Amino acid sequence: MRQIIKFLEKYRYFLLFIILEFIALSFTIQSHSYHRSKFVNSANSITGGIYGKLNSINEFWSLKSENQRLLEENTRLKNILSLEPIEIDSTKYTSRYRYFSAKIIKNDYTKRNNYLLINKGSKNGVKPEMAVVNSKGIIGVTKSVSNHNTTVISILNKYSQVNAKPKNTNHFGTLSWNGKDYKTVQLLDLPRQAQFKVGDTIITGGKSTIFPEGILIGTIKDFEKNDNVYNFINITLFNDMSSLSNVNIIANIQRKEIQELENTNNE
Amino acid sequence: MNNNTTKHIIWFVLFVLLQVLIFNNIKLFGYINPYIYIAFVFFYPLKKEKTTFLFLSFLLGLCIDFFSDTGGINASATLFIAYFRLPILSAILRKNDFDFLLFNIRSISFGKSLLYVLSLTFIHHLIIFALEYFNLNEFGSIINKTIITTILTVFLIFIGIILFTKKR
Repeated sequence: MRQIIKFLEKYRYFLLFIILEFIALSFTIQSHSYHRSKFVNSANSITGGIYGKLNSINEFWSLKSENQRLLEENTRLKNILSLEPIEIDSTKYTSRYRYFSAKIIKNDYTKRNNYLLINKGSKNGVKPEMAVVNSKGIIGVTKSVSNHNTTVISILNKYSQVNAKPKNTNHFGTLSWNGKDYKTVQLLDLPRQAQFKVGDTIITGGKSTIFPEGILIGTIKDFEKNDNVYNFINITLFNDMSSLSNVNIIANIQRKEIQELENTNNE
Repeated sequence: MNNNTTKHIIWFVLFVLLQVLIFNNIKLFGYINPYIYIAFVFFYPLKKEKTTFLFLSFLLGLCIDFFSDTGGINASATLFIAYFRLPILSAILRKNDFDFLLFNIRSISFGKSLLYVLSLTFIHHLIIFALEYFNLNEFGSIINKTIITTILTVFLIFIGIILFTKKR
């Protein structure tokens, strides 16, 4: 016993180092898992508050371009509205998705795994795994939710996997990012039968419970085909991920129902 | 003593705020952010209690992690260089009995202080990017990013040293 105490005393500095390093690495590995909500995130009130204050100052610089974008979106939506028949029969019409508005208060795009922070939280009805988009297209998926803030896994993240397809086909692939350029993402696992050419539009596939079908992503920049298998397909994003401000969160109302159905199928 | 503790706490908070509010937004060439907060590790007095120093370095890294959603990457890298600071310093100064009670980064020659800052910064950045990419296939990107960021960080830290410390 005494020997153990002596040993601990002699190496306590080293042991402390090992223990703390172990804690830090376990935080790191926990943050790699998609489903486990992690302890270290910027959605808490202190960091969220500081970023919120900072954003209220920085917002000023992008007001003009952001106003322009919102104006264009409004015009587009009004045009769509004017095409719709005026009477909506509420017995036939059931909406599958609900939209919230939010603002991005921290934006990252330089790291390998980027997370954004938005200023709406569980008090506003936000939950984990909801879609985040703006009028130009896809942005990410919500992850950790606190009372007033939520972290978002950007599509510029190794752990972001979004179901996507070329607009004119029904072949699906997975959207991922290789970490090189924040304007370009990659489409993987697209079956070789899929036909497309450079410049085609890529949209979300709607085969997940998170994103509705038809959210814009980008256009095909270039691709390489080898032995009838696509080596890579690069996609230029419509969104400029380096300047984002106002976003929409999309909640799938039927999500729980779909998941319950899927679970019963698995049994 | 008390005065010194207050000074370290102020530096601690200052480094966190500087890093997350200013230096995380530099984005040189579109993707390079220097990590200047590790200067706290370089300047923390050697004579102080070593366990407190380890805890402080861990906390400093964890604070940065909280702000930048990086899990525990910064905490583990900062802790690592905090632990290996003394061995590396004694290897650079080539004697084990150097007078570390009076150690000051301006009191040793420029070459040696550059080597001290450079080696610790490189180790720190290598750990950060290795953990961030977490994939051996992207080894080229890791090394590339480590080297460029190290150069920028060391450059900024030396500007800080020249501006904010007294020559002994």
